[in-house]
Amino acid sequence: MTLDAGLDQPLRVVNVGLELFAEQIEAQGAAVDRVDWRPPAGGPDIASLLARLED
Amino acid sequence: MADIAAANREALDRLCRARPAWTAVRSGREALGLEGRTLLHAGPPIEWARMCWPMRGAVKAAALFEGWARTADEAEALAASGDIAFAPCHSRGAVGPMAGVISPGTPLLVVEDAVNRTTASSFIADGPWGHQLRFGAHGPETLNGLRWIRDAVAPALSAVLEREGPIDLAALMAQAFTMGDEMHMRNAAATGLLARRLAAPLVAAVPDAARLEPIMRLVTRDNDQFFLAWSMCAAKAAARSIEGLEASTVVCTMARNGVEFGIRVAGLGEPWFTAPASVVEGVYFPGSAAGDANLDTGDSAIMETYGLGGLAMASSPAVQKIVGAKSWEDALATTRDMGEICVGRNPLFPIAVLGGEGTPTGIDIRRVVKTSIVPKITTAIAHRAAPRMIGAGIATAPMAPFVAALRAFAERYGAARA
Amino acid sequence: MAVRAVVRRSFYQDSMVLMSVAARLRGQPGVREAAALMGTPANHALLAAAGLASPEVKGAAPGDLVLVVDAESEAAAAAALEAAGAMLEERSRASGVLRRPRTLEAALAARPDANLAVISVPGAYAALEARTALRGGLHVFLFSDNVSLADEVELKRLAAARGLLCMGPDCGTAYLGGIGLGFANVVPRGRIGCVAASGTGLQAVVSQLAALGEGISHGIGVGGRDLSAEVGGTMTTLALAALARDPRTEAIVVISKPPSAAALPALESAIRATGKPVVVCCLGAASSGAPGTWVSTLDDAADAAAALLRGVSWSPRAFSDPDSVRARLAALGPARGTIRGLYTGGTLAHEARLLLEPLLGATGHRILDLGADEFTVGRPHPMLDPDARAAQVREAARDRDVGVVLLDVVLGRGTHPNPAGVVARAVRDARETAARAGRGLLAVASVVGTDADPQGRRHQVEELRAAGVEVLPSNAQAARFVALALRPELALALLGPR
Repeated sequence: MTLDAGLDQPLRVVNVGLELFAEQIEAQGAAVDRVDWRPPAGGPDIASLLARLED
Repeated sequence: MADIAAANREALDRLCRARPAWTAVRSGREALGLEGRTLLHAGPPIEWARMCWPMRGAVKAAALFEGWARTADEAEALAASGDIAFAPCHSRGAVGPMAGVISPGTPLLVVEDAVNRTTASSFIADGPWGHQLRFGAHGPETLNGLRWIRDAVAPALSAVLEREGPIDLAALMAQAFTMGDEMHMRNAAATGLLARRLAAPLVAAVPDAARLEPIMRLVTRDNDQFFLAWSMCAAKAAARSIEGLEASTVVCTMARNGVEFGIRVAGLGEPWFTAPASVVEGVYFPGSAAGDANLDTGDSAIMETYGLGGLAMASSPAVQKIVGAKSWEDALATTRDMGEICVGRNPLFPIAVLGGEGTPTGIDIRRVVKTSIVPKITTAIAHRAAPRMIGAGIATAPMAPFVAALRAFAERYGAARA
Repeated sequence: MAVRAVVRRSFYQDSMVLMSVAARLRGQPGVREAAALMGTPANHALLAAAGLASPEVKGAAPGDLVLVVDAESEAAAAAALEAAGAMLEERSRASGVLRRPRTLEAALAARPDANLAVISVPGAYAALEARTALRGGLHVFLFSDNVSLADEVELKRLAAARGLLCMGPDCGTAYLGGIGLGFANVVPRGRIGCVAASGTGLQAVVSQLAALGEGISHGIGVGGRDLSAEVGGTMTTLALAALARDPRTEAIVVISKPPSAAALPALESAIRATGKPVVVCCLGAASSGAPGTWVSTLDDAADAAAALLRGVSWSPRAFSDPDSVRARLAALGPARGTIRGLYTGGTLAHEARLLLEPLLGATGHRILDLGADEFTVGRPHPMLDPDARAAQVREAARDRDVGVVLLDVVLGRGTHPNPAGVVARAVRDARETAARAGRGLLAVASVVGTDADPQGRRHQVEELRAAGVEVLPSNAQAARFVALALRPELALALLGPR
C-alpha cells in the first residue's frame, strides 16, 4: 500500500521488536503479526556488513 | 557490486534441478585419481596428530587394506611418520560417512548428475555391522569385509549397472522421502527401495547362489542406513553444481572431521571456515551414554547442505522423536527455522505436513548470521574410543564459521560500498 | 538388582522412536539401563553385549518389540516397564502455538497484505529491518534510535521513491487511520493532520487538541532529524503532500526543531502546495515570512490550529486562566533557589529551556531530558520506567540550591500505568526532605494526555495535586508559572495588568 492509496487503508501490521507495541496496536483493533526477532550473530559491526551484502 | 540475489537463485535452481543417478562402481584410483599413499577423510583438512580416535582407526584400516602396513602398529607409525598424504574427501568430489576414509583401492559408487554435469563418490560399504571402518574398526573382520566388498560386491554391482544402465537416485529418494526418510538419519525406505531395485538384476548378475547369498544379505540385511552412501553421493553431486558459483552466498559444503566442523561457500571457492565440532545431543543404545560420544563427525552433513536431514525434520515421523520426544511441533518448528536460513524450497521433496511445501534448500550464510539460526544436523554418534555407533541425535552447527565466511565474502565482493 | 523384559509380538516401532523411549526409561527411578528395540539379529547382539539378553527376549523376532530394564529392584523394573508401555501409547500433544517467524522476510511471505512495519529493535540492526520492510512495500514506523544519519538518508530516499512513509528513526508516536503507534494518547479522530519530528511534541499537541474538542485525521511522525540539512525534509514534505490529498484533513500542524537552511525551501514549498491552513511549530525558530502560521509553543500550535479551523482570530497567550495563576501564586508566596527540570519528554524539556532562558537568564537552572542517551544507557526510557526520575526528584531535594522542580507527566498507551503516582510519592518525600532542612520546595508539573488515556488525565492531575504539586494545563504554562514564582516582577509581562 503506497501513499497513492491514501492514509486511511486498514492497517495490517508486522511488529519487529517490543511486544508492547504489538499489544497496543491489537488493542486498537488492527491486525498484528509478530516477528520473533533476535540479534544477528557476530557482533555489532555485522549489521553494516549484512547491509552491504543485501540482495 | 556482484548480484548476490541472481547468483543465489541460480544456486537454488541448480540444487533443485539436479537428477543424480548411480552409474558405476570404480576404485578410488579410477574414480578420483588417488595415487600413492593418499587417503581421503571426512570433514575439513586435518593432520594425523589431531585426528580423533575413529578417524585414526579408519586410517589404520585403510593402510592395512592397501598393504602399506602389516600390523596396526606399523600403520600407526606410517601415518605418524608423515608418509601418508591426507586430504578431505570434499577436495576430490567425494564424501565419506563418519571417519569417511577412502583409499586408492576402495571400491566407490559413482553418481552422476547429467543435468548439472557433476559426479560424486563414496564407499559402498565398509565391513560388517559392529566392524565398520567408518567408526574406526581395523581388525580382521573389517579387513575381510573390505576385501570381500572389493572382490565380490563391487564386481556384482558393476555388472548390475552394466545390464540395467544408470539407476535414477532422484526418483528413488523422492519416493523414499514421502515414505518418511529424511535421508540422513533415516534411510529405511530408500534402503528397501534400492534392495527391491537390485534384487532381480543381482540374481541375474551372480548366478552362483553361494556367492549371491551374502551379497543379497548385505543389500537386504538389517541395516536401515545402507542407502546413506547413495544419499550422500546424490547430495554431493547436487552440491558440486554450485561449488565456485561466483557471488553466491549459499553453503556448498558442510562437514565434520570429529574435531572440527567446517563449511565452504559457493562464491568463495576452496577455503574452509571452521570451528570446533559440536557435541551431539543424542539418544544412546543400551550400554552407552553421552560420556562415550565422539564429537560430531562425518561428511554426511552433505544431506543438510542439499536440504535434507535436519532441514527436512518435519517430514520424518521417526526422526522427529530424536528432537527430544516433546512434540511433533518441535520438528515442524525446526524445519520452519531452517526455512528462514535457506534461499528457497526444493519441490522434489514435498513435506506433507507443510501442505506439500518443498524442503528448505540452499543455506544462505547471510541469513544464518542475520537470524542467528544455525543448521540442525541429524546424525549418528560414534564412540570416542571404540569402533562402533553408540546412538543418534541432533548436532547444532557452530555459528563461528558462518560469521567468518560472511566477513570473507564481504571482503571479496562487498568492498565497493562503505 | 533385577533385569526384567517384555516382548510384544509383532509390534513394529521405528528405531528412532524406540531409542527415545529407552532414553526416557533410563531417567525412571531406580533404572540403571534400559533397551527398547526390535528383535533383529543385530539388536540381539547389542543386548548380549550390554548384558541385557535375558532368556525371555532370546526368541524375539525382527518384528517383535523388546523392552528390557535393568533396575535396582523388581518393583522399579516393573514400574519402568509399565511406564514404557505408556510412552508407546502416548500421542504427542499439540502445544497449539506455532512458532513465530524469525525474520521479517518470512512474516511478509506469510502475510503478503501487510502494509506497516513497526520496528523497535536495537539501532545497530534497525536499518536492516526497515530496508527489508520498505523493499517489501510497507510503510515503516521506526521507533529505534541510534540509527546512523547516512542510513536515515538512504531509508527515507528509498521510502520516498516508493511512495512509502518512513516514520523515524527515533519516532516515538504516530497515528495512522485512527490507530496510535508507539507512545500514543487516546484522542478522537477529526480534521487536523499532524507532521511531527517529535513524539512527545505530537502527544502534547494532539492531547491539547482533544481538550479543545478537536480530533486528528493522521499524525505522521518523521523522526527528529528530518529537517536537518542531510535528510532535507524528505519525509516532512512527503507527509505534507499526503495530508494535502487526504480528504479528512482540513488543517495541518507541523511540529519540529528549527529547520536547517538547506531544508527550509523544501518545507516552505511543501506547505504552500498543501492549499490547506498550516500551523508550524518549530521550537526555537521564529517566522521568517514563510508560509503558514508560525507559533513558538506546543499549546499555541494546538490553539492556533483549532482557531484556524473555526475561522476565529487567534493570538498567543501566556496562560489560559491568568486569574487562577495569580491566585495560586499569591497563596504560594515567592519561591527561591534554582530550577531543576526533570523531564521524560525531550521536546518538552527543550520547550521549557527556550521559554525560561529569556525570562530568567542562565543562573544555575538545569532542565534535564532524562530520556537522553546519557541517562538511559542500560536502562529503559523514563516513560516506561519512571523510577529513575523519582530518584532524581528525591535527590534534588538534598541540593540546597534547588528551590523548584519542574516536571512533565506523559500519559498514553504504552507508557507507565501510573506515572503521576510515582511522581507524587517522590515529591512528597522530596518536600519532607527539604522541610527538614528548613527549606521550601516548589513542585510544578504539566500532564500530557487525555481523560480517555488508560491512566486518565483527571486522575493523574488529582494525584499530583494531592501531593502538593502545582499542575498547569500545559508545559509552556508550567514553565512560565515557575518563572513567575521565582521572579514576581514578571507578572505584568506574563499575566498582563490586573
